[in-house]
Amino acid sequence: MSLTSLWRAATQHRLFWPVTALVALLVINVPFTPGFFEIHLKNGHLYGSLVSIVLFGSPLILVAIGMTLVIATGGIDLSVGAVVAISGALACLVVSKQGNEDAVGGVLLAFALALAAALVCGVWNGLLVARLGIQPIIATLILMVAGRGIAQLITSGQIITVNSGAYSLIGGGYWLALPFSLFVVALVVVLSMALTRRTALGLLVEAVGGNAEASRLVGIRSRRIKIMAYVFCGLCAGIAGLMISSNVSAADGNNAGLWIELDAILAVVIGGTSLTGGRFHLGGTIIGALIIQTLTTTIYTIGVPTQTNLVFKAVVVIVVCLMQSPAFRAKVFGARAQRRGPARKTPGVPADAPQQMEVSP
Amino acid sequence: MSVLDGIRTGGGRVRLLQDRRLPVLVTAGLFLVMFGFGAFRYQSYGFLDGQVFMNLFIDNGYLLAAAVGATFVILTGGIDLSVGSVIGFTTMLTAWLVEKQGLPFLLVAPIALGVGAFGGYLMGYVIHHFEIEPFIVTLAGLFFFRGLCLVISKESISITDPTVNRLAQTHVPLPGGSFLSIAAVVSLAVLALAYYVLHYTRFGRRVYAIGGNEQSALLMGLPVAGTKIAVYTVSGFCSALSGLLFTLYIQSGDPLHAVGLELDAIAAVVVGGTLLTGGSGYVIGTLFGVLVLGLIKTLIQFEGTLSSWWTKIATGVLLFAFILIQRTMTARRRT
Repeated sequence: MSLTSLWRAATQHRLFWPVTALVALLVINVPFTPGFFEIHLKNGHLYGSLVSIVLFGSPLILVAIGMTLVIATGGIDLSVGAVVAISGALACLVVSKQGNEDAVGGVLLAFALALAAALVCGVWNGLLVARLGIQPIIATLILMVAGRGIAQLITSGQIITVNSGAYSLIGGGYWLALPFSLFVVALVVVLSMALTRRTALGLLVEAVGGNAEASRLVGIRSRRIKIMAYVFCGLCAGIAGLMISSNVSAADGNNAGLWIELDAILAVVIGGTSLTGGRFHLGGTIIGALIIQTLTTTIYTIGVPTQTNLVFKAVVVIVVCLMQSPAFRAKVFGARAQRRGPARKTPGVPADAPQQMEVSP
Repeated sequence: MSVLDGIRTGGGRVRLLQDRRLPVLVTAGLFLVMFGFGAFRYQSYGFLDGQVFMNLFIDNGYLLAAAVGATFVILTGGIDLSVGSVIGFTTMLTAWLVEKQGLPFLLVAPIALGVGAFGGYLMGYVIHHFEIEPFIVTLAGLFFFRGLCLVISKESISITDPTVNRLAQTHVPLPGGSFLSIAAVVSLAVLALAYYVLHYTRFGRRVYAIGGNEQSALLMGLPVAGTKIAVYTVSGFCSALSGLLFTLYIQSGDPLHAVGLELDAIAAVVVGGTLLTGGSGYVIGTLFGVLVLGLIKTLIQFEGTLSSWWTKIATGVLLFAFILIQRTMTARRRT
């Protein structure tokens, strides 16, 4: 294979542009933070900017993975932020009621109850969407509004603080010199990838997202697949809620997981999953989530005022969506694309264009 | 599709269930029942005082203005998530221009309205011409305007401008000793104007037609592009107006003002009986939706022992109930 065709194969890969963006973002940090890529071993723990990015980004990765599957079925889940709050609130409440907050049994009970609550939330969303046929945005809007209220109800409007070594492991602890949350994320990623790509499940999800009615007619139980996607998303959000509350050792019904649904949707979109459903890329989603976390970190480290964070994200969302839009591409690049050879490198075309072209069927 | 349309339809349960005005009547009935409940339960606390009712408008005027804008968008089958952020941004912009730049409020108000309307126009333009889902475009708008708030200032700016104070404290006396605030009067005027536009103008007809079936509207030769963009512009304008009313109500600008208000606005529209798929609904229903949401807050205040988060839970439950009603209605219409 010649060098040019290698280059062509690389740029055509759907992960090429997200990975390039991530690497570029990481490199930008180097002049501002000397030793950005260094990782130290201190007290048996790994420290370094890269480790922190993964540590702080893990809840987002989890939520974004769940969101990817929901979006792949042609839906959307706005309630993940509320589920994060509910799960964190419930877990902290249970732990704080224990006589000995460090007891592993009590912490495990808290985890189980919190995840059960997240499961119930997922089932509720799934039933509304798949059984009652309510538009996903609206169906999950109900829990998004009421869920924050429920979380505050659980915490009685207070911020519950816990002081438990066992509880703080999942969100801020270390195991084998690595952040423990990394293992949780890895487990969920491996499980979901194996289930969706090694079995037919992923194909079924894409079929349902492509055309729910057609897939039902060929014998796929599309309702069940949809409910499963929402349940999975709820569970991921539940685990993320445990991590977030454990990281700060507190549950805040009002602010925990605030706007995480937007970040998660953004991560999914950056990762190349189309919002119309029918296709999904878990790998892209993970890269997307890491990009967002790196972006946040970068904004802090290079001294850009943090308040521009949101404006920047808005611009990224809109640019990525414009690139995904066939109408936009036809209007802006249409004339040029026809004159050009199909696979030649395109100077001046923003980074996401070729990768997104492949995404839309 | 006008309000008078259904009168011909006459009796019969199926006819009644198919009547597009039914959800509005249900909401109005719910409001009366809730009000009756409050009047019965809190009689000795002066619930029946005329001012308690007027306070519903005073405390929710800004929500009414925003929900009227959202009604236009939802009638076309779209959605606008940027409402809360535009409101927050307007309070911030107004506070900043009035307090830090020393501009007179009467000059700032049109600027703020113009910015809001322009933002709505841009979102509408992108939604229509680039065929991106309204959900995601207005989500970007949500981020963008909230971010702009923070760019103006991270701190809250309180307004001490005498014009603003005078406008905020002016009471419009009503017969019976009660009064309304300027903001409440403005929001009611917006409602009246929206009612006129939706039911008695060509533009209103087009909004319903596009919501009913965009393809058909296009084939009928209606200016779909212009109407869709105009609808988001109206929503942006109403949000900015709502932001001005909110500024008068709270007399400060804060980057966190009205976070999540778009959900209240959408909830009010849905509870008011407008179909989320578009094409069916009344702006009068939105008024009742806002009143019901406002009344929940009032009842919780009167109860005294209930905490504020019950408002959110009650709103969610109501939203669920009304979406179910909508589902059964549309299901019956199809068969």
